[in-house]
Amino acid sequence: MKRQIIDRIVGRLTFIPAFAASLLLIVMTGVLCIRSQEILLNQSLPTLLFSSVWQPMAGKFGFLPFIAGTVWVTFVAMALSIPISLFSAIYLSQYAHRRIKATVQPLIDLLAGIPSIVFGLFGVLLLVPLVKDLIAPAFHISTSGYCVLTGGLVLAIMVVPLITSIAFEVLTAVPEDMRIASLAMGANRWETVKYVVFRKAFPGIVAAVVLGFSRAFGETMAVLMVVGNVAKIPSSLFDPAYPIPALIANNYGEMMSIPLYDSALMFAALLLLVVVVIFNIIANIVLIRVKRGIS
Amino acid sequence: MVDWRKTEEQLFKGLMIASLLIVLGSLAAVFIVVVIRGAPALSLAMITQTPQGGYYLGKGGGILNAIAGSLYLAAGAIALAFLISLPIAWYLNQYAGRSKIAAFVRISLDVASGIPSLIYGAFVFIIMIGLHERVSLFWGIITVALFITPLLTRGLDEVMQTVSPKLKEASFMMGATRFETLWHVVLRQSLPGIVTAFLLALGRGIGDAASVLFTAGYTDQIPTSLGDAVATLPLAIFFQLGSPVPEVQARAYASGIILLAIVLALSLCSRILSQRFKKYVIK
Amino acid sequence: MAGKPITISHLNVRIGDRNILKDISVSIPPNKITAIIGPSGCGKSTMLKCMNRMIDLVEEIDIEGDVHIDGENIYGSGIDVSLLRKKVGMIAQTPNPLPMSIYDNIAYGPRIHGQRKRTDLDEIVERCLNTVGLWSEVKERLEDPAAKLSIGQQQRLCLARALAVQPEVLLCDEVTSSLDPVSAKHIETELSSLKNDYTIVFVTHILRQAKRLADYVIFLYLGELVEYGPANEVFFHPKDPRTAAYIEGVFG
Repeated sequence: MKRQIIDRIVGRLTFIPAFAASLLLIVMTGVLCIRSQEILLNQSLPTLLFSSVWQPMAGKFGFLPFIAGTVWVTFVAMALSIPISLFSAIYLSQYAHRRIKATVQPLIDLLAGIPSIVFGLFGVLLLVPLVKDLIAPAFHISTSGYCVLTGGLVLAIMVVPLITSIAFEVLTAVPEDMRIASLAMGANRWETVKYVVFRKAFPGIVAAVVLGFSRAFGETMAVLMVVGNVAKIPSSLFDPAYPIPALIANNYGEMMSIPLYDSALMFAALLLLVVVVIFNIIANIVLIRVKRGIS
Repeated sequence: MVDWRKTEEQLFKGLMIASLLIVLGSLAAVFIVVVIRGAPALSLAMITQTPQGGYYLGKGGGILNAIAGSLYLAAGAIALAFLISLPIAWYLNQYAGRSKIAAFVRISLDVASGIPSLIYGAFVFIIMIGLHERVSLFWGIITVALFITPLLTRGLDEVMQTVSPKLKEASFMMGATRFETLWHVVLRQSLPGIVTAFLLALGRGIGDAASVLFTAGYTDQIPTSLGDAVATLPLAIFFQLGSPVPEVQARAYASGIILLAIVLALSLCSRILSQRFKKYVIK
Repeated sequence: MAGKPITISHLNVRIGDRNILKDISVSIPPNKITAIIGPSGCGKSTMLKCMNRMIDLVEEIDIEGDVHIDGENIYGSGIDVSLLRKKVGMIAQTPNPLPMSIYDNIAYGPRIHGQRKRTDLDEIVERCLNTVGLWSEVKERLEDPAAKLSIGQQQRLCLARALAVQPEVLLCDEVTSSLDPVSAKHIETELSSLKNDYTIVFVTHILRQAKRLADYVIFLYLGELVEYGPANEVFFHPKDPRTAAYIEGVFG
């Protein structure tokens, strides 16, 4: 009897943290909304999003330079990381020998586990001088090295392991039967990937890319350290940029002393949260479907 | 025709191998660059002393404050996160089965684990302002716990899901209740995976800087109570790197080695421990 | 169109340290149906996979010996596996349609091997679907996903897909085992009508099926070739006591 009671109590009690955890997202969004209210009442949403005048002292908060900075850096990162991740995932899932897989996978996990501050440090030590002294001069451009391209490079290294491991999982989940059908028809492995495996895995691959994208979108420290942080819309890869997360992280100290500034920064955080949440919901639903469809 | 098909496959295979080499090369480059640039400033004092007077001008001392701070913070956060995560993972696996509620909780957690740590920091910061609280170890722990909990919960959940239903049935057949099955069978069977998920979350906690930027503060002392401000290793790197003094910058690089060493140690621990615990596992 | 003979000599297959096939030597005649029978785990499927080198996909595999198809050693150097598999078609145990339309499933092989003209492909699709008796059932919905067909129809589609690249040999791995009796009957009928044009090797654990279809029978037991000969002889006058025991249902 006592055992049954324990069982019931545990059943009821564990529901509480589960429920609370699933509410966390809503609570966070709610709190950030409340804190953003002040700035939203003061300035119209279009002005906040599309004005490029950033003068907190004068009460002018145009987020366009920061939005542009985020978008630039994220796109550079994605352009670099998508092909590299997908090619790696295809190789590991379709070509690599068991022993190679067993060696490489922990290394990719290790790369994923390196703290972002270390990537930032790596960026400052190697990539900034590389861009400044080697890449930019090749295009006859002079730059400090703290620019969009460097930020994108650092971010690319950071999201590659994420996209690679999700894409690997998705590609591995394609039924072996289908690969065999294609190979038995005389298709080579690449043709099998191109016409069969990739087609079957496509939704999952998209989800992997979207998750990588939203990871890049919100990454703070590493980008902040190498991207220059100038509140101006970048016009080339070699211009500095000032992504939203960097803006928030850099100004938390003085934001309480300027009117509306804290509310503006919380609005920026809300913006970031909303984009990331939407992307994540879509990607995760797709991934669940993909996994269910296969099993 | 045949030739072209082969050429195409060779071409793409080449691209794949090149991509993989770039990934592995990046990993190697991160380690090599940080180690080479950091090694000259690395000394015993770095890890055994707190900053002495004039440390930030290049004089003596170390970053024991940050190392200890990070360990306190991560230990507190992982303990808290584990206490929250385990019941949720149990709930998801035993009591809610494949229900709609479980699906909702899972997707909420998946989405939550994709949110940038900076946002968690901002969120806790707002609450701290509301409560008129100052930066401290306590709030740092809350922040880090909050952002590793979704990650840890889903990790535990995934691991427990892999326990075969047959094994659970075997326990039910003996008359065990769901909780007893969980406690004696599922937990033991999934122990290697739990260790991996635990250490992964711990690593995230130790390595994160953006979340504690607002909430934990920074100090040259080792905290003696939960109410004290606390330094962390990632922030120590960040602040030292921002210094104009070359000696201090060099110490930032050396601090990078220390952080990398911790991450590497956790990764190795996770492999070794999960191997060791595998002996109880029924395949 | 004519089938081609297959000659296997001293074929040994090991996976890790397990000996799956032991010194198999046999000549499979063209334009006949040859059945490989034996208890499960005796190496039937492995032997089949050796004939179009799908066995290459198994890791840690070690193959010795030769397999000649139409006089050419398929394990020789300079063999294009892709072309080999075009010549030697295979149908799997469970239907494995590709994730595309019915039409594209059939056109997959011809396209891979360089057939691009739409009118030619149309003609191939119709002919192959006709051969397996599926044309009238699906001609209105060729663009539907193949997965929408019933399991029985899917298996016939897989047979049609294998025929689309005009192979000389057809390898069938227990192709009726996942089907209902009616669909199984369909497939059996189609296979016996196809033997004029192809060399057919099929694996089965159903003795009655082997009796119905096979011209020749290979009996494998624990990786050894125990007996080989015309179906009537193997079934009614087995030389080896193990064959006799198997046929009488003592084991397996």
